[in-house]
Amino acid sequence: MTTSTPPVGTGALSRREARLAWGLLLPTVLAVSLVVILPLLAIFWISFKPVGLADLRPPTPIVRADIRGDAEAVGDEVTVRYRLRNSSQDQVISGVTLTQDWPEGLEPIGIDERCNISGARIFCDLGDLEGGFRDQIRIPARAGQAFLDAGGRLAGDPVMTGTVDNILTNADFTLENFARVFDGNEFWGVLGVTLFYTVFGTVGALVFGLFASLLLNKSFRGQGILRGLYLFPYVAPVIAVAFAWVLLFDPFSGSANALLVQMGVTDSSIDFFGQKPLALIMVTVFEIWRYFPLSFLFILARMQSIDSDMYEAADMDGASPFQVFWALSLPQLLGILSVLFLLRFIWTFNKFDDIFLLTGGNAGTRTLTVNVYEQAFAVSNIGAGAAVAVIIFCCLLIFSFFFFRYGNQEDGL
Amino acid sequence: MNMLRYGYITGPLLGALWMVVLATTIAVAMSFATGDPFRPVIWLSLLWGGIVGFGAVQHQVERPLAAALVAAGTAVLGLAGLAPIAIGETTSVIGSVFAWGVLGAIAAWTTLSILEECLPGALTRHEFEEAVIRFMTGFGYIFFTAIVLIPFYVMVMTSLKNQAELIKNPLDFSIDLSKGTDLFRSYFELFLDFNFGSYLWTSFYISILTVLITLLFAIPGAYAVARLRFQGRAAFSRSILLIYMVPMIVLALPIYIAFSMLGLRNSVIGIVMIYPVTTIPVALYMLQGYFRGLPAEVEEAGLMDGLSRLAVIWKITLPLSLPAMASVSLYVFMIAWNEFLLAFMLLDDPSKFTLTRGIASLNSSEIPRQHLMAGSVIATVPIMALFLGLERFMTKGLTAGSVKG
Repeated sequence: MTTSTPPVGTGALSRREARLAWGLLLPTVLAVSLVVILPLLAIFWISFKPVGLADLRPPTPIVRADIRGDAEAVGDEVTVRYRLRNSSQDQVISGVTLTQDWPEGLEPIGIDERCNISGARIFCDLGDLEGGFRDQIRIPARAGQAFLDAGGRLAGDPVMTGTVDNILTNADFTLENFARVFDGNEFWGVLGVTLFYTVFGTVGALVFGLFASLLLNKSFRGQGILRGLYLFPYVAPVIAVAFAWVLLFDPFSGSANALLVQMGVTDSSIDFFGQKPLALIMVTVFEIWRYFPLSFLFILARMQSIDSDMYEAADMDGASPFQVFWALSLPQLLGILSVLFLLRFIWTFNKFDDIFLLTGGNAGTRTLTVNVYEQAFAVSNIGAGAAVAVIIFCCLLIFSFFFFRYGNQEDGL
Repeated sequence: MNMLRYGYITGPLLGALWMVVLATTIAVAMSFATGDPFRPVIWLSLLWGGIVGFGAVQHQVERPLAAALVAAGTAVLGLAGLAPIAIGETTSVIGSVFAWGVLGAIAAWTTLSILEECLPGALTRHEFEEAVIRFMTGFGYIFFTAIVLIPFYVMVMTSLKNQAELIKNPLDFSIDLSKGTDLFRSYFELFLDFNFGSYLWTSFYISILTVLITLLFAIPGAYAVARLRFQGRAAFSRSILLIYMVPMIVLALPIYIAFSMLGLRNSVIGIVMIYPVTTIPVALYMLQGYFRGLPAEVEEAGLMDGLSRLAVIWKITLPLSLPAMASVSLYVFMIAWNEFLLAFMLLDDPSKFTLTRGIASLNSSEIPRQHLMAGSVIATVPIMALFLGLERFMTKGLTAGSVKG
């Protein structure tokens, strides 16, 4: 009789299960690596490259072909002209060639030394074109009957080839992007603005969310309606609500200013999104306004799952409402509050749309994310934008370390 | 603190503060509704509110009678220029009397409610805190409702006005119904001259495609993470969350470069390729949480009866998780519908704009602002209708997945 032992290692069944699992995950893994991992690697690469917005359009050799002179009878002389230029002012295109069908019945008289005509084709080897290169190739020719019958035109467009040294793939590296980003006080200003926005935006949204969920943590008629209503700011498209805020607080024709003036709070209208400290406060207030519904939703869900026995016991012991809140509710909510804080902190830190739409990063509201856009598109320096993005990503790694270290797995995450 | 806990102090104090809140609310509401000047007067509010509060702790009068009396009193005070809400010269008499009457009635009624258990003399801590909490609750409802509603109210009303009316009195949101369909002129112009019909359609089918592609990728992935045992499962589920936290702007730059080089910029295909990838991680995360909650026994029974794993997913797991699918679909639809950054960076050709990109193109000094607001309303209404109609699913979807901003 043999003694049975438990199987060691992975059996055929579990191997099959793992194969199936990876098979099911494969599409996701591929898509995510293509659109997330690859761009992340690319951004590190680009951040060390001296690349501007203009470099994205690679230089090309441009040619225009036409026929000079009228060919009305057999034997008339015409000139085939090729006008050539390099679309870039400073980059070399090397190994440029030109090929085109040579019209039938057109007999070349002289020929440019760079070109030769054989069969029914013209081929020109133009060598390297310097930046800003401009030239013409003229080939005089005599028209024959076949050429006249065909209408006296060139057949098709000339084809140009040439290779360009691509700035994105060559071995040119620089640290200038990072030097630029860290240059002077600007970076620390941007970082300060980002931290202010993130910390106050996150804490504010949490506090307001907590307040709102305390309001709705009882059943009464219309509770559902109010709960739906309080989610509006989060559900509506950011572009719609951001522009509504901009118009509401417009210094010239905004209702908020008209209201404040009418109520005698201020004498002259206030430029809410255009003044130095006020604009930052306003975008933070917008952030709180837009995201308190989220914290509200989470906190309310947690509140409704707290056992009511404890509250009854506290009531029996004569605890006052505030004591109950401090001693019972808040400790119960601490878990979800801390998870929300970490998550919202990361997400507020990553926020771009809101500030971009409200102020465009002006008036002292430029955060790191807006700075990526500013550097890459407003200043047209893609490399510097990438460098800022790399800094954001490093911050993110630090945050997510904290998140996985302290984020409680039981609170739904 | 103990000093405050006397009916004669608590009552007037809360009454006074409450009157300030009410006077401000009604003044703002009346200003927004009529465009006429209404202004809360703080010291008068404190004074009359204190008196109402003082009267309220006596609990001598029933609420309806008290409301009627105080309403009449406030109206008389108003005509004498001493009410908590002051008016301007242009304010109509009917409107003002209405404002004063409403203020008085609401103030009397609600102050009595707030001070329900408060009697003259010493209060227990319990009674005192209950009153304060009722005060704060009332304040909270007014505050949150106001801050949520005002921007949307301004958005809708601005879209119904014309440039001249807007500049004349930025507060006047009253609607001239005699204009008939001319009220909706901005909307007609957007659809006829600015091609908004096509933007709406583009946004709609891009969002639907995004939902379908996302589900196609996320369902098998989520099932694998939730049910199957394989090496690296824990690491995988963590990296999903991590990917979920990578900011879009960091990815948008290389995507922009790649799309420029591949000629995918300005193409709907490019957008449809990118959007699902931004939503797959969150959908996968939401769904795997739901799949885990389903009883495994049902699936095992299916396996015993000879179904393959894929057939089990198709015939057992999916039908069981239809509510979760609805939540995930709605959430993904919302993300795709509201997406702005990628559409803004990748689309320049007006014939391929999505709605959000189209609205961004209206933001110029040459285009009147009521058009901008009408565009915003067009973008907001469908998602709101969807949200209100399917609130149950939406709320669930938001709680399950909205770690993402």
